[in-house]
Amino acid sequence: MAGRRLSARVERTAALLSGFIAAALGLMLLEGLIQKGVISRFVISPPSEVLASFPMLLFSEGLIDHALQTFGETFAAAALAAVIGMPVGVALDRSQLLCEACETWIAGLASAPLILLYPLFLVLFGRTALTIIVMGAISGLPAIILKTREGLGSARPVLLDVARSFNASSSQQFWKIKFPAAIPTIFMGIRLCLLLSLLAVVAVEFLIDLDGLGALISDLANRFEMPAMYGAIVSVTVVSACFFLVCEKVERWLRPV
Amino acid sequence: MRLRVALILGLWLIWEALARSGLVYQGVVPSSLEIGAALWNLVGDNAFYYNLSITGYEVAMATAIGTIAGIATGLLLGASRFSSQAFEPYLYCIGPTPKIVFFPVLMLMFGAESGSKVAMGVISCFFPISLSVAAGVRQIDRVLIRVGRSFHASTWQMVRKVYLPALVPPLINGIRLGLGVAIVGVLMSETKLSNRGLGFMAIQDYAHFQIPEMYAILIVIFTLAMLLNSLVARIGMRYGVGRARG
Repeated sequence: MAGRRLSARVERTAALLSGFIAAALGLMLLEGLIQKGVISRFVISPPSEVLASFPMLLFSEGLIDHALQTFGETFAAAALAAVIGMPVGVALDRSQLLCEACETWIAGLASAPLILLYPLFLVLFGRTALTIIVMGAISGLPAIILKTREGLGSARPVLLDVARSFNASSSQQFWKIKFPAAIPTIFMGIRLCLLLSLLAVVAVEFLIDLDGLGALISDLANRFEMPAMYGAIVSVTVVSACFFLVCEKVERWLRPV
Repeated sequence: MRLRVALILGLWLIWEALARSGLVYQGVVPSSLEIGAALWNLVGDNAFYYNLSITGYEVAMATAIGTIAGIATGLLLGASRFSSQAFEPYLYCIGPTPKIVFFPVLMLMFGAESGSKVAMGVISCFFPISLSVAAGVRQIDRVLIRVGRSFHASTWQMVRKVYLPALVPPLINGIRLGLGVAIVGVLMSETKLSNRGLGFMAIQDYAHFQIPEMYAILIVIFTLAMLLNSLVARIGMRYGVGRARG
């Protein structure tokens, strides 16, 4: 058993190493093709120049400040979505009528291209951070509502029957049984909301050129600072991937067993 | 159904009351009659059908290319545990990235015309399709694969007779997700830099402060996106996708 586990771990490490080596070889090949002039450096910057652009990105272009702005907007958007979405989810769970009327529409909104509403919010709130935050919140809102409703509906009926047999009030049933049972699913909703908000925030920043990582990429592209633009794209990719992994870890850590 | 219609009617009444109350600037929240008139003008306008055909072409091309690339990658990753462990983490990491940030690169590679919009749609839909297909391949009944191998089926025969038929549900699920993000990718890139397409029409209306026209085009975009989504969902239902498991 232990031997099989060890061999699986060795195989996994070898695979990860192979993937890393393949990626490194791919980058070296790209560097060679660009240096030889096979690929135009005006289209794709050499990886060495992209790497060399990071000090400029950090110290002249304010990469950290832009990242903080993006994260600030993302957390503000997710908080707004949670403040609105969780009570709506609770209301959907409490009222069968409301649930029947709204749930299908909310599920439809979850798959709708909500990000395309940004011109509407530009009209309503102007070219400000509020537009970005509201767009982020709207993108994450359906996930929070649906997951809160799903979580509250997942409480075991037998536990609710026990609570009723002890004459627990509706509020006691909610706080002692339904809400604790819903916590894992609500966390999943918050994670989804954070990710969807980050996607919307970076996209709207890019589209309206207003602060944050998205606007930094747009600005560098407009100035034709190619290596720095690629560096900023790599930064956004790494930041998004880390954010995704951290959210997943935090959700697993916070989840009651 | 009645409840859902009642909800829409309620929202419409609130909108109309808000538009006529004077509490908000009417230029920003126009009455539904104005939006209805703009919608009527829009569907009678030839330019709308031209732009619709451009966006339709870009979305269709993006979904087709993204699906083919996604299936090929998903099959490669799903069929071999080694390649899955080696390369799938990269797909998982790039998957949640906002793809619109790659648009300047795609512009340099494919120009400002339809090519860059199609490419934007392709990179948007490639990730959900490839990851869905890879997961689907791993869930294929091992017995079917062993039977295929015991009959000395060639790789192509295994793909055609075993993998692809078993992959229909995850593939349709992936295409459904992929189509949604391809539409978003194409339309967002049209709003950023283009001179045609529905996204271009919406941003032009915003730039010229033609707000009822902007609402009208947004309504059309949302309706078309949701119709396409439900069409793929219906096709999926025929193959058992989304049905509750008993």
